[in-house]
Order: sequence, then C-alpha cells, then structure tokens
Amino acid sequence: MNTSTKMIIVLTLIAALSGSVLSMWDGVTAPLIEANRLKVLKAAISEVLPTYERYDEVQVRDDIILYVGKDTSDATVGVAFKAKGNGFSPDLTLMVGINPDFTSLTGIEVLEQTETPGLGNKIEEDEFKTQFIGLITDEQKAKVVKNVKPDDPTRGIQAISGATISSKAVVDIIWSQIDVVRELYATKVAGS
Amino acid sequence: MAKQNSLKIEVLKGIWAENPVLIQLLGLCPTLAVTNAAINGLAMGLATTFVLLSSSILISLIRNIIPAQVRIASFIVVIATFVTVVDKFLAAYTPDISKALGAFIPLIVVNCLILGRQEAFSSKNNVGRSILDGIGMGVGFAAVLTLLGAIRELLGEGSIFGVALMPESFNTWLVMILPPGAFLTLGLMIGLANWYNARRAEA
Repeated sequence: MNTSTKMIIVLTLIAALSGSVLSMWDGVTAPLIEANRLKVLKAAISEVLPTYERYDEVQVRDDIILYVGKDTSDATVGVAFKAKGNGFSPDLTLMVGINPDFTSLTGIEVLEQTETPGLGNKIEEDEFKTQFIGLITDEQKAKVVKNVKPDDPTRGIQAISGATISSKAVVDIIWSQIDVVRELYATKVAGS
Repeated sequence: MAKQNSLKIEVLKGIWAENPVLIQLLGLCPTLAVTNAAINGLAMGLATTFVLLSSSILISLIRNIIPAQVRIASFIVVIATFVTVVDKFLAAYTPDISKALGAFIPLIVVNCLILGRQEAFSSKNNVGRSILDGIGMGVGFAAVLTLLGAIRELLGEGSIFGVALMPESFNTWLVMILPPGAFLTLGLMIGLANWYNARRAEA
C-alpha cells in the first residue's frame, strides 16, 4: 500500500470513529443540557414575574420570544422577555419582566454578563436589581443618578458607585426593547 | 532511542522537574484565563488531564499505523473528540462550571501541552509509559492551576473553594481576580520555582 492511500485510510478511519463516538455522546448529553437550559430560564422568569404559575412561550419575531406569565386562574400577570446589549463589556443579557399593561416593570434578572468583577458585576446583586421593580416604563426613560437615591423611585435608579456605565447600560438595554415588545405583544398576543 | 527513564520518573517529571506550567511554560492561556477561583482552576485542570490522558492512550495505541505525514492532523482529530466529550459532559452535569469556563473548554483542543505530549511522547512510547506521562503532566498542570486559583481567590475574594477564610475586616484585593492578578501570581510562582531549583542545583 503506498503512503497516500494509507494516509487517506487512516485519517478517514479516525474521523469516522470520532464522529460516531460524538454522535452517541450527544444523544446522552443533549437532553440533560436542554433540561439545564430550561431550569435557568424558569428560574429567571420566576424572578421577574413573582406571581406567575405557568408561562406560555410565544415566538413573536425571529429573534424575540415572549414568556407570558399566567396565574392559577389563567389571567396574565406579566410578560417576560430577553433584552441583549452591551454593558461596559460586551454581551449583557437581561430577562425583563413587565406588567400586562406595559406600564411598569415587575423585575429584572441578569442572565449573562462579563462586567468588571467587583464593580460592574454588582448589577447581579439584589440591591441593584430590586430598584427596577415598579419602574414606570413610558417614553420617559428612567434616570440614573449617582451617589444618592433618586427623588422618585418609580422614575430613576441609583447607579452602582464606580460602575455608572454598567448601571446606565442596564437601563438603556431595557428601554431599547420595551417599545418593540409592547408593539409585538399588542399585535401578536393580546390582539389574537 | 534515548535512555529510558524509570517508571517512577516518568510520572514524577510532570509534577515537578518538567512541570508543564512552571518549567515548560506550556498551556499558559487557560492557566491565566480561568484561574480566578480555585474551583475553576481545578475543573480546568481535571478537564485537561482527562483529554491528555485519553489522547495519550489512544495515540500510543495507534502510533504505528499513523503515517508521519498526517500525524498532526490525526492527533488533532483525536484530541478534539475528547475535548468535545468533556465540553458536553460539563454542560450536562455541571452547568455552573461549564458557564464559568466558557470558551476555554473548547480551546483545550489548541492547548500546546496536549499536542506537545502526543508529538514528543505518546507517538514514540508504549501505552504504559504514555499513561504514566499523561497522569504526571495532567496532575502537574491541575495542581498548578488549582494553587494559582486558590491564591487568587484567597486574596481577591477572601475564600478558597467558596469557603470564607479571611477575617471580616480583610479588604479583598480586587486586582487578584482580574487578569493582572493572574500574571502577578503566576510570575511569582514561576520565580519561586526557579529560585528553588537554582538553589538546589548549587547545593
């Protein structure tokens, strides 16, 4: 057997073996990975829609899924959606909960962030996140104030000291999505 | 063929005399990137050890049928297979660690430590020796990563493996869990190892 043929045979064999091992292993792990993903998603939704019992998943646009939270009597208690953007570092993803009228927030949860440890990553702490509960979501964007509590806690939040950019980014990311989501909810979910 | 090491040396060399991180300075990218906590260092160390050991076994078994011209390609396919196995395993069973290590698990494929051991050792030695070499190098790598992670976590968060060890009044050194902390700590560790080895050589 000449070298070229041997090269082809050996590499083909190794690759085929590798492929079959991986496809078998994927069969074992894929359901577990999917279950983990769902668990994280559910935990985030229950964080931002505290009164929900179950949720309906509605794909309203290619890139937007709404999680419509219902209580035991099937009334809508709020809508959760993912909002993505950039913080001080890229790739900040939030889960945002809003009441059914789209007038105020019911909570936020940080799904993914790469902000600076010790500064920007404090956006994950409850002290920061709970400020968003009850924030009014009309066209007037919530104000981010430094060092003091906002005059009106339904209109503003206090920035994390040393991490104004990360704090502002959270507000910006939420507001960048609210109008789109409100529109889509009205036409695709509430209207139908 | 060069004079063969004793079997004991074959294991021990990876842990100290030829430690992959402190002496050979191989695989520094994951070493610096993921060691912001002891658990992350340990997880990366164990994942790398698994890939190294499995690849060493397989490569040394098939070393005589791999044509020299395609040996690197064959090594990489074998390594990539084991890395994917580990990646899926962590994502399925330990999602938190999988999230913390992020892209650095798939990047074990290009860890020069693993490819280096296949090229330098497993492709030239029998299975028994390759297993010993893989264990030694893997443990040496994992030990340094865990120690590095423990030092950075202790100073940066006041804890090791999440267990608080520092007094309440301890002011954490934030820099230690940021990238500069990795360079500072690793530099000092390599310096200490060199200093120790140099003193021993003199004595």
